Amino acid sequence: MAIIEKIAADKNASAAPSLRKQSSVNNRIAQIPASYWVIGFILICMPLFVSPFILFQIFGWAFILGMIGLSLMFLGGLGGMVTLVQMTIAACASYMVAIFGDSAITAISLGLPWWMAVPIALIIATLFGTLAGALAVRTEGIYTIMITLAIAAAFFYFTRQNYVIFNGFSGFNGILPPVLFGVNWHNPVPFYYLALFFAALSYAVVVYVTRTPFGLALQGVRDNSRRMAALGFNVTAHRIAAYAFASMIAAVAGVLLVWQNGQISPGTAGIGPAIDILIIAVVGGMKRPIGPFIGALIYVLLRTFAMDMLVSFGMPGERFQLLIGIGFLVIVLWSPDGILGIWSNWRERMRGTDSLTGKKPSDGKDGLS
Amino acid sequence: MNVTVAERLSAAGTANALELRGVTKMFGALTALKDVTMTVQPGERRAVLGSNGAGKTTLFNCITGDFLPTSGTVRLFGEDVTEFPAYERIRRGLRRTYQISLLFSELSVVDNIYLACRGVSRNRFSLIRPKRDDALMHTAEALSAAVHLFDVKNTPISILSHGQQRQLEIALALAGAPRFILFDEPAAGLSPTERTELIEILTGLPEHIGYIIIEHDMDVALRVSESVTMMHNGEIFKEGTPQEIEADPEVQELYLGGGDG
Repeated sequence: MAIIEKIAADKNASAAPSLRKQSSVNNRIAQIPASYWVIGFILICMPLFVSPFILFQIFGWAFILGMIGLSLMFLGGLGGMVTLVQMTIAACASYMVAIFGDSAITAISLGLPWWMAVPIALIIATLFGTLAGALAVRTEGIYTIMITLAIAAAFFYFTRQNYVIFNGFSGFNGILPPVLFGVNWHNPVPFYYLALFFAALSYAVVVYVTRTPFGLALQGVRDNSRRMAALGFNVTAHRIAAYAFASMIAAVAGVLLVWQNGQISPGTAGIGPAIDILIIAVVGGMKRPIGPFIGALIYVLLRTFAMDMLVSFGMPGERFQLLIGIGFLVIVLWSPDGILGIWSNWRERMRGTDSLTGKKPSDGKDGLS
Repeated sequence: MNVTVAERLSAAGTANALELRGVTKMFGALTALKDVTMTVQPGERRAVLGSNGAGKTTLFNCITGDFLPTSGTVRLFGEDVTEFPAYERIRRGLRRTYQISLLFSELSVVDNIYLACRGVSRNRFSLIRPKRDDALMHTAEALSAAVHLFDVKNTPISILSHGQQRQLEIALALAGAPRFILFDEPAAGLSPTERTELIEILTGLPEHIGYIIIEHDMDVALRVSESVTMMHNGEIFKEGTPQEIEADPEVQELYLGGGDG
């Protein structure tokens, strides 16, 4: 392969020094786009100008649902595996916190300190999600959805009918986050920062992993699983590992969820909430990790305010699901990539760039020659 | 199978690159491959010819493990891989290209090749981003240059031309340390210039790398191979040197009659 070596030597000689320069930390910070700084600043300063209700009920909840949506985006957007089991994994973590930790149901709760109960909850929920993944990965498309829906339904009915461990219909209440560093993390402002921290962390982790060998291979599995096998990858193992990774994010969100609500019952893990996560991810956009958070914020705003809005228009408040459904339909019909897709299309049109090549028509070169 | 380590080692030293024994593949009632037996020496370059439906691509799929054969055995470098999944065979040095490009359409050229390099090395599950001076990234970039794709290395596959996609197919098969490659119609749809480049790449491969090439273009096929297997209706019809095959009256009749020369 004389040509290969010759050309490689030429290219390495010219490319290596300029590449090495960029790896300093300063440059990496400078590479963060301005929009990240602005959004980060707004989110951190949020408690200065909004009410505790908005902080706790809107943003706290949106961060948690966004994380669960992010775990679906990781599987669906990067791995091409759309599942309905992510909410169930989160609810599993919630239940485990209640069962191993402290709750008002002292007959069942083991009362372990939080630093034992939370890791146990995370491990069990991750194992549960990995197991669900191992069952689901042998199927594709609609069958994956069916299998994960079946698992979600089984978990829902099991928790509702089992009184020995899951306390049946009423579930657990009186679950509180620990008082740590002298802060009561159930207060709106501390909880806002707690949820913001984990949402930002899971977002950053997913962005980072996208470009790692594992993340790239997952995208390879999405684009062409047969070719991945023909390149030496064990596709099944990769898919199961992706479930394990996504389950961890959903499990952390589940712990936050039970701390926010103070209770967990079968309704949290129902079919409705499972589908809501899919709606959140699709509405926001499955292609980029920020999508589920945008979807979650829209969903939470609708959930919270649509009822009052409908009543003020003289319609029954329970019809807020109708609004969510119509919004879902409009977005899916208009832009399969969700809100983010609409946004990036609009930006490209403003710039006059070609949506395929990203080049302006006036550039002359098409970048392919 | 009770094979001692010593036996396996001595077998590997002298083994054929590929050995098929009585490989049969049925799709329902249709016999796509019928009792195919063939051996390919290490470093041997062989062309497989035959009209459409002769079973050439099915043969490749049985060798790589894309399908399991209905009966028969496949040995790779002396090792029985009949029951192995595709990825295990690839990790043993087998590579293939596809007749219709199977690429990762939303990834860039260099990411496609990087995945091919990563697939046959360690840390496939690594959660650490490759550094700027990552050895495999450099290999991937070098390979992109070797198939004339360095200038478009950061372009997503979906906007590459057909010829560029075919070249990327070849780059994916060259990644890692291939020992034996199956090329499935690599010249399909290429321009005359691209064909010349393809021949240059194939003849420029290191001597220890053997391959089987399926090719309808006799010009390409006979120039890059030292032995030829003719297939017809799922069976091996003739084997010989390119000259023997070219001169064979039966082959000429079949190829003219087949209408797919």
